Amino acid sequence: MAETILMAAAALIALAFLLAIGRFFRGPHAVDRVVGFDVLTIISIAGIVLAAVIAGRGIYLDVALVYALLSFLGVIVAARYLEGGEE
Amino acid sequence: MTALAILAAAGFGLAILGAAFVALRTRSTPVAVLAAGLVSLFASVVFLILAAPDVAMTEAAIGSGLTTFLFFYVLGRIRRESANDQ
Amino acid sequence: MTGPLALIGALIVLAGALFLFLGGLGLWRMPDTYNRIQAGTKATTLGSLLVLLGVGVLVPGWAIKLLLVMLFLLFTNPLSSQVLARAAHRSGIAPTPATRADALADDHGDLT
Repeated sequence: MAETILMAAAALIALAFLLAIGRFFRGPHAVDRVVGFDVLTIISIAGIVLAAVIAGRGIYLDVALVYALLSFLGVIVAARYLEGGEE
Repeated sequence: MTALAILAAAGFGLAILGAAFVALRTRSTPVAVLAAGLVSLFASVVFLILAAPDVAMTEAAIGSGLTTFLFFYVLGRIRRESANDQ
Repeated sequence: MTGPLALIGALIVLAGALFLFLGGLGLWRMPDTYNRIQAGTKATTLGSLLVLLGVGVLVPGWAIKLLLVMLFLLFTNPLSSQVLARAAHRSGIAPTPATRADALADDHGDLT
């Protein structure tokens, strides 16, 4: 029973991934693409933790930890760069 | 489990191709840098699905985190220097 | 993974995945950049925290690492959301025509 619910959750996360990828590809302005990138990293942190519990391997959590530490740095530097206007 | 893993890896491979296409075809530098970061984000998820968490960790730290940070930092420095010169 | 605790954990994970999906849907459907930032960062923050909490209920041995990831998410997501909204405003993206007020444009001179 619990495995079935986890598979349904994985399917929902895959749908969210598809929508965020669509926004990244479509985004009219560069800031929209940065928002899509940020959301993609957050969703992939949740997806990695879900993959860890489905595969039953605790070492996958370290990858999620590295993502949570490092991904926002890129987003913040990109936003600070785009503040000055895009050439 | 293995069939599901292969299916997910194939889907992420298609996403890698799409992001690489955006990085090649776009006219704006920040979008190209972001798309390159997205390529290595998807690549590290593929490594994780194929049960290589150490490779995935390195790819996440170097490719997705450090490279994007470094590119935007250097682009900002270049813009500030050229604004100072004029 | 059997027993009532596993079922409760899986249901919490499902609720979190639902919030992640709603965040993605808002990111796709919203009319302008500011609304997309709202939907994309707030809903996905709650969704990922719920997923991590549900996994912590399912596997109690991973609780410390999951708590660490939750703390990082809780600190960094509002930060990146605010920086993104400010970048959108400063690079002159027009809000949707239904917008009533723009307080940041009213006192733009006070901000550094």
